[in-house]
Amino acid sequence: MEIAIVKYNAGNVASVMYALDRIGVPYTWTDDEAILRQADKVIFPGVGEASTAMAHLKEKGLDLIIPQLKQPVLATCIGMQLLCKHSEENDTTCMGVFDVEVKRFQSNDLKIPHVGWNSIHANQDNPLMEGLKKEEFVYFVHSFYVPVNPLTTAVCDYVQPFSAMLHQDNFYAAQFHAEISGMAGQRIIENFLAL
Amino acid sequence: MLTKRIIPCLDIKDGRTVKGTNFVDLRDAGDPVELGALYAQEGADELVFLDITATVDDRKTLVNLVREVARHVNIPFTVGGGISSIQDVSALLNAGADKVSINSSAVRNPKLIDELALQFGSQCIIVAIDTRWVDGKDWVHTHGGRKITEIQTIPWAKEVENRGAGEILLTSMDADGTKAGFANVLTSTISSNSSIPIIASGGAGSMEHFYEVFTEGKADAGLAASIFHFKEIAILDLKNYLASKGIPMRI
Repeated sequence: MEIAIVKYNAGNVASVMYALDRIGVPYTWTDDEAILRQADKVIFPGVGEASTAMAHLKEKGLDLIIPQLKQPVLATCIGMQLLCKHSEENDTTCMGVFDVEVKRFQSNDLKIPHVGWNSIHANQDNPLMEGLKKEEFVYFVHSFYVPVNPLTTAVCDYVQPFSAMLHQDNFYAAQFHAEISGMAGQRIIENFLAL
Repeated sequence: MLTKRIIPCLDIKDGRTVKGTNFVDLRDAGDPVELGALYAQEGADELVFLDITATVDDRKTLVNLVREVARHVNIPFTVGGGISSIQDVSALLNAGADKVSINSSAVRNPKLIDELALQFGSQCIIVAIDTRWVDGKDWVHTHGGRKITEIQTIPWAKEVENRGAGEILLTSMDADGTKAGFANVLTSTISSNSSIPIIASGGAGSMEHFYEVFTEGKADAGLAASIFHFKEIAILDLKNYLASKGIPMRI
């Protein structure tokens, strides 16, 4: 199986690579269009700021390539937000795979960003949660969120319920960092690789 | 529900884990990679590695160690000690660290916090504050707690937040090594005054101390070293105890 990790200048991908190493699967870290199109699975990771990340994707034409991918794609954290239509983070137009808005958390009593382990409640038919409990703890770090919508496949609650996972066609996305979410996170990645 | 975090801290010297009382009298408490993976397995929510020597010669050793830890650990981990530039941070993040912690270098040059937050994002920048009560006030200390500064702790905590720190690791030098409990009053003051998470450190000696720091101290995470290294408290027992007392825990 060929796994490609999208290479762009957002955040630290080392944790994603080491997570794949622990599972024992090889991967290529690349921004090459041909390799991305031919891969069996594509992982689109990221930590960072939306407008900067979009600018880097545009520089390489990745903003046009990623939405056209036909194989299963797993986007995490800022990767998930960049697949949405628009983000309130510096008023950024994103790739629009998921027809939803990314909003900024607002709270007077809870700390922002949302940092730490929180429980997610998954839809029964969410294939990435195969073999896991209906409620699992995963690791989050974010200040922006996707509201619950028809594409939501798992919900987390902080300030208000929000989308922990999204799914549409071949695009799967998680707001949390599966790569550092313990055994639950590892199982989610394994389930994605088994799709 | 967002859980409170239990964080074992591994003090590193020459690639080995050590922990002393009031930062002296170091004792060897094992191999950091092995210990880190064990803690992750036992339910630690995060790990912190502090390189307490951090000389130039040590940097390569540290980067290699970080790479080994990242290979074996499936929870977030932070690396601190001697970090003073964008290059330092870049090397550690590229080796697999999820966050870095800066201390003396931020006191020396507060703009570093802004620069690092801009370059890497606030989520991976922890500012560590070592504090001690001197002449009726809390003062920031540097160099492993040995040097007093002219900066007061409470306003400094606000400043590092405003400059873009993602979390604060607050170590009470008065409590550290005493096993008499965390500095709950100061932790609570800073946490209430802050919109970023506070990791409380120094003074953990019993399971009740963690309960107190999460309730009275309003901490978001509790950090300890020797009680975990010497197996005085097992992480799972601690988490079960806290959950039974109504503290949200990942178990």
